[in-house]
Amino acid sequence: MHNGGKIVIGLIGFLVLITFPIWYNVANDRAGYSPEIEKAVRGENCVRDSAWMRPFHMDLLNEWRDRVVRQGERFEVGADGVTYERSLSATCLSCHENKDKFCDRCHDYLGVDPYCWDCHVAPKELGR
Amino acid sequence: MSVERRKFLKLAGLTAIGVAGGLSAKALAQEAGLVDTAAATVGDTAETPSSPLRAKRWAMVIDVKKCREAGNCTECQKACHLVHNVPEFDNPKDEVKWIWREPFGNAFHDQEHEHLPEDVKHTMTPVLCNHCDNPPCVRVCPTQATWKREQDGIVMMDWHRCIGCRYCVAACPYGSRSFNWRDPRPHIKKIQADFPTRTRGVVEKCTFCEERLVRGQLPACVTACKAGAMKIGDLEDPDSEVRKLLAERFSVRRKPALGTQPEVYYVL
Repeated sequence: MHNGGKIVIGLIGFLVLITFPIWYNVANDRAGYSPEIEKAVRGENCVRDSAWMRPFHMDLLNEWRDRVVRQGERFEVGADGVTYERSLSATCLSCHENKDKFCDRCHDYLGVDPYCWDCHVAPKELGR
Repeated sequence: MSVERRKFLKLAGLTAIGVAGGLSAKALAQEAGLVDTAAATVGDTAETPSSPLRAKRWAMVIDVKKCREAGNCTECQKACHLVHNVPEFDNPKDEVKWIWREPFGNAFHDQEHEHLPEDVKHTMTPVLCNHCDNPPCVRVCPTQATWKREQDGIVMMDWHRCIGCRYCVAACPYGSRSFNWRDPRPHIKKIQADFPTRTRGVVEKCTFCEERLVRGQLPACVTACKAGAMKIGDLEDPDSEVRKLLAERFSVRRKPALGTQPEVYYVL
């Protein structure tokens, strides 16, 4: 192979470079790292089972959006039989009041950038 | 690999039978009470805790004479723009407005003539979205981000869905729609957390305070008006305040000849 040595060294270098984030985290003892999100500061139950909420909250929020805006149906029965307002800032954020520690921490880790907060307002951010 | 025509037809037939069977089994189960459809389950829409204000057709009557007597104040605009996080820009080209005031001649240019009484000429008329029965903005919206609600006639907006094409801005004959040319957030004096702001590239307008009506509250402008010049009510209900006002006094609408059937009435 012409220039074989150089190619192999180049390839190894390339592999090391692209797997660098893995090595870096292993070296910093963060190999199994997953973000800790803040538990609800108040409220006994979530509007749905929290195991379901973890992967599907975005579907729920989309449904809520359509129900409220397009059908004008603002209230619903939660998992505990209590009536909740279908509202991100008024309902979700009343228990999970810290957006940074609840929403952003996980979204940043996963590299997703939802645009909810371009319009909706987190009450805590206003200093209330 | 190719599927024989005969084999394909057989499979298609079997699939159709399977689907039909499944559906009828579900229907049978529902009939036999195996599936409980009556009880409230998680996620069902619940009744509003407070008693909402409902109407078959919301309409507004504005007594411009009272505005004039109250010295043409701006309380309605202030209240509306505060609760709805409407931004304030220095450059009038960027202006966003839900309710604002126009001199009589601008609001009713087809009714103006030079011999009108001086006080009428100088009355500042509150103008807002007319929630037309035949809204041209709805007709032109390519994404159905704006539509007329069937239940009460309010011309609604879904800001999630607006793509900012501004067809509605061009179509509205009343100038009731504003486009966010710039990011509105830094230009909102006091952000209210219970109402969203908008982003750059979205059109906005008055929604007849749909979010307040559902909680049993009157629109912010109606509540804020100290002169009691603004009344909202059900146009389909002959006993409603708006119908009584319309029956008692002569009223006009803006640009009626266009056939949009505006539902904001002015008594002068």
